[in-house]
Amino acid sequence: MKYRVTHSTRFGYDEAIPLSHNVVRVKPREHETQTCLQYQLLVLPAPTVRNDGFDYFGNHVTWFSLQEPHTVLRIAAQSEVQVLPSGPYEVNAGPTWEQVLRILNISPDREILAAREFVYESPHVPWSKELAEFARRSFPAGRPFLACVLDLTKRIHHDFKFLAGSTEIDTTVEEVFHAHQGVCQDFAHVQICCLRSLGFSARYVSGYLVTSPPPGKERLAGADASHAWVSVFAPGTGWVEFDPTNGLMPSDGHITLAWGRDYDDVGPSRGILIGGQRHWMDVSVDVVPIEPC
Amino acid sequence: MPVPTTPGGVETDHPLRRGFADNYGIDSPFPDEMVRPDRSLRPHWREFVSMLDDLKPGEFGHRRELARRLIHQNGVTHNVYGDPNGLDRPWSLDFIPLLIAGAHWDSISEGLIQRARLLDRLLADLYGPADTVFSGVLPPELLWSNPGFLRPCHGIRLPQGRWLHLYAADLVRNETGQFEVLSDRTQAPSGAGYTLENRIVLSRALPPVFRQCRVQRLAPFFVSLRETLAELAPANHENPRIVLYTPGPYNETYFEHSFLARYLGYTLVQGNDLTVRDTIVYMKTLGGLQRVDVILRRVDDNFCDPLELLPDSYLGVPGLLQAIRRGNVAVANAVGCGVLQAPGFLPFLPAVCRYLLGEELKLPSVQTWWCGHTEILEFVTQHLPELVIKSAYPTQGEDPVFGQSLTREELSALEQKIRARPAHYVAQKQVMACTTPALIGEEVQPRRFVVRSYLSAYGDSYTVMNGGLSRITQSNDSLVVSLQKGGRSKDTWILSDGPVSPVTLLPSTTQPIAISRGGNDLPSRLAEDLFWLGRYAERTDAQARLARGTIARMIDQTGFDSAHAVQVLGSACRNKPIRSTGAELEREFIEAMLGKAKGEGLCGSVSNLHRLARVLRDTISTDAWRILQEIYRAVFNFKTGLSDPASGILELLDNLIVTLAAFAGLASDSMTRGQAWRFLDIGRRVERASFISRFLRDSLVEPDTDPVLLEAVLDIGDSSLTYRRRYMTHLETHAVADLLLADETNPRSVAFQLALIDQHLGALPRDLSHPDRNHDQRLLLKLRTSIQLADFVELCSAASGRERKEFHAMLSEIMEQIGQLSEAIAQLYFSHAVVSHEIGDAHEEHQD
Repeated sequence: MKYRVTHSTRFGYDEAIPLSHNVVRVKPREHETQTCLQYQLLVLPAPTVRNDGFDYFGNHVTWFSLQEPHTVLRIAAQSEVQVLPSGPYEVNAGPTWEQVLRILNISPDREILAAREFVYESPHVPWSKELAEFARRSFPAGRPFLACVLDLTKRIHHDFKFLAGSTEIDTTVEEVFHAHQGVCQDFAHVQICCLRSLGFSARYVSGYLVTSPPPGKERLAGADASHAWVSVFAPGTGWVEFDPTNGLMPSDGHITLAWGRDYDDVGPSRGILIGGQRHWMDVSVDVVPIEPC
Repeated sequence: MPVPTTPGGVETDHPLRRGFADNYGIDSPFPDEMVRPDRSLRPHWREFVSMLDDLKPGEFGHRRELARRLIHQNGVTHNVYGDPNGLDRPWSLDFIPLLIAGAHWDSISEGLIQRARLLDRLLADLYGPADTVFSGVLPPELLWSNPGFLRPCHGIRLPQGRWLHLYAADLVRNETGQFEVLSDRTQAPSGAGYTLENRIVLSRALPPVFRQCRVQRLAPFFVSLRETLAELAPANHENPRIVLYTPGPYNETYFEHSFLARYLGYTLVQGNDLTVRDTIVYMKTLGGLQRVDVILRRVDDNFCDPLELLPDSYLGVPGLLQAIRRGNVAVANAVGCGVLQAPGFLPFLPAVCRYLLGEELKLPSVQTWWCGHTEILEFVTQHLPELVIKSAYPTQGEDPVFGQSLTREELSALEQKIRARPAHYVAQKQVMACTTPALIGEEVQPRRFVVRSYLSAYGDSYTVMNGGLSRITQSNDSLVVSLQKGGRSKDTWILSDGPVSPVTLLPSTTQPIAISRGGNDLPSRLAEDLFWLGRYAERTDAQARLARGTIARMIDQTGFDSAHAVQVLGSACRNKPIRSTGAELEREFIEAMLGKAKGEGLCGSVSNLHRLARVLRDTISTDAWRILQEIYRAVFNFKTGLSDPASGILELLDNLIVTLAAFAGLASDSMTRGQAWRFLDIGRRVERASFISRFLRDSLVEPDTDPVLLEAVLDIGDSSLTYRRRYMTHLETHAVADLLLADETNPRSVAFQLALIDQHLGALPRDLSHPDRNHDQRLLLKLRTSIQLADFVELCSAASGRERKEFHAMLSEIMEQIGQLSEAIAQLYFSHAVVSHEIGDAHEEHQD
């Protein structure tokens, strides 16, 4: 599928801000099944300084600074992305979870070693005995690894209630686990925590989701929002994605923006204002399918 | 100062006199630095010991006292966290240095240099290809699970490819006498400044001993540090601007930051003093923004840039990382170096050394086990009581746990903790076996010790400081060396076999340094602090004068009726009416005036004065600092509970006024007439003008002319002599008002202060783009005119029994306008010092 994505964010300040420094990650990253055909980032007022580059995880980053007093900041990213279907995966074949764990722990292979970075704790995802216990039910002896993960994905989808605004960015994984409710970011963290606490390698993926309109109705522009899901390392297969919010494995309806250990590594934008405070903010995301591939 | 004598006279005056074998009580089976097991002196101690033995009776005590006094006078302090009285605790220096023979030190130095090179290459690898991890030399946890690993710093290219510029190693001596590294300090090693201060003190207290022992100098180390830092400058190579970046006066080692900044000739800055524009780092000064080329960092790296590192850091400089990436500024040590402060690396260094340098590690670490491997975890849990357990990662002041001091329950709790996250822990062999003599009270006793040695990058290698900061345990059986917990420091003397050549920090280049009379580069924050230092010094003076004048009249026995004057003055002092009388009045008044309980009154001003002096440590002279310390001590140590509080307090106030005059004198005598002096003086003038006008309003508006009161007003206003000279003993309200308000020749009058402020403001740079750039001068003109035009005869001639309403109104307005003037100055000059805010935790969250 080919999509046009428009992600715009506006910030209003309580007084004119003389100086602000910003970092944004809003360019869809390229990978095996995704190509970014076109990309444009518009910042208003025009920044005095702007630099582009890549972060530690290979995500595209733009740094920019505004050095003239401004009361409103607009960041609009527009891109055209081609997403090929991934998979299909033979979830019921392949190595068992026990084999995966063993390979992860002892293999000197470079790719597998690199994946181990995503086994360890990260700022939003500490290991948890409790979540490990919860996850273990999806991992009966001898079950193929991907089948276990898909089962876990579905259980989170089934057991947890999606409730916008029910959590804050600093709500901990264990709090979400106890409340059994949250938003996509929380579910991704919960699943990552489950997997890492058992010793598996899992990373956080940020991006967009195409929401199909109800049959017969026209698609509403701007109804979409940024989304987050999980990617799991399966030796021999590579990184395989799971979406605990929707209980499924993404194919070509998920557009990847960036990935990292957890939300902290991939937040779409971060900024420091000198001499004022944020007053309001609004975000709109619009994902329009252009043509099927 | 008298030499303290102890009962017993000469004998106890010199604890070393009777020789070590008799006096020095070593009971440890491990080697001692000074004596052999048969109690004979080791060769490199002989000279030192015989020199001390040769001191005349009494001289030993005298010299020791001199050292103590030097520390006090130089204001050497460190801050102890979590202790309400822990700020500015005097530095604790043992009188006996640690002596190390030159030849022995050379072999240690060789090992230290190799280790610094190794750690520098390891940093480059970890923040680059991470080959050490991918080739299996290092377990991946040590990098990827290490909170000191700052991912945003990955891939940054640094000047000369160098990460580590200043490195320190804590050395201990094991039971075989071999030096081993207890821990590596790669973040922003502290203590080099204290080492220098220790050396200054001890070499002054023992000059002949110091010379005779041929002690190697510390200065070459600082010379190479300075050269190395200057070479890092990406631009402005001729005269790079180098700053020392401190977390501020509440940091444990703030004294050292200001001391080093002065010694090395760098500007001391906090995060707020710096700003990033066009990915270039600038210092905010009164003369505008000035480019910074090199930053010597004493702020932990994770706190350096809230934009990309710890978001809630108030110490940071937003955008710093991007300036580093673009190569526009150099930071030493590089941001990210803290990662190697993780003890988890210690067991792997021999392998890393072979892998990265192709060499065997020369200087071993104290034996350390990383619990992340199963077999090692089992070994460690079986031997817990013999081991020291530490976090494998860099910590914020987390203490090591000594297995031997734990109960069985505690041991099993510790084991559970380790088993939950084995990779987070290391176990270390308990060392620090060797002892060295220390002067404890009047006795020489053995203490265990740790030596912190320092290295500075130089060329493509490193220079070792020939010396170091030694620290000793608090008691004989203690194993913890911590200045935070009452340990003591020692100077470390590396003895030379040949003569020692003197070194100076002055540049040795043949090019003469360019003459600079600048002074346009005063950081805005410093200007503000100086302004308030001036205000609080003057406020303290005014409060002391007012209180002195009041109390003197309370206890006045000359027969004049001073009751009315006391009522009026007392109310002026406290801003509210006073009702009690007699001794009760005195006590109530004194307590309120001191304001100790509530942190207001005199105590409040003095606290503020002291706080500002700390912040301005590197700006004001050592003498000025000493005076302000003295004032603080005198006021806070004053006991109010005495039977005759009034006479005690009068003495305190007299001293205070004289001491403050000394402070003012120092400022006017020894400060260059630059911006720093101007802001200090503006602060002083604003405060004095504001005090005099308020005081006159509170004391002169009552209708009746009470001669005792008028006399007191002149006395408190320090203008009695001038008045007498002009009007003899004829006391009139309007003449008093004229002298204290409008007479521009009287240095105590409001008009005089305003004229000086006007001069200062005229000499300061003015931001021409500021929307209201002349607001201050307009206010000043208005004030001066209204005072000049005032007719004091009419204003003060109220009918009997009626208050002088117009006079009151006029003085109120003057006060208000002085307040506005103060604000206008702040707006114009200090507004650079605004704080930054993070935009929430992040702009937006993943919502769907």
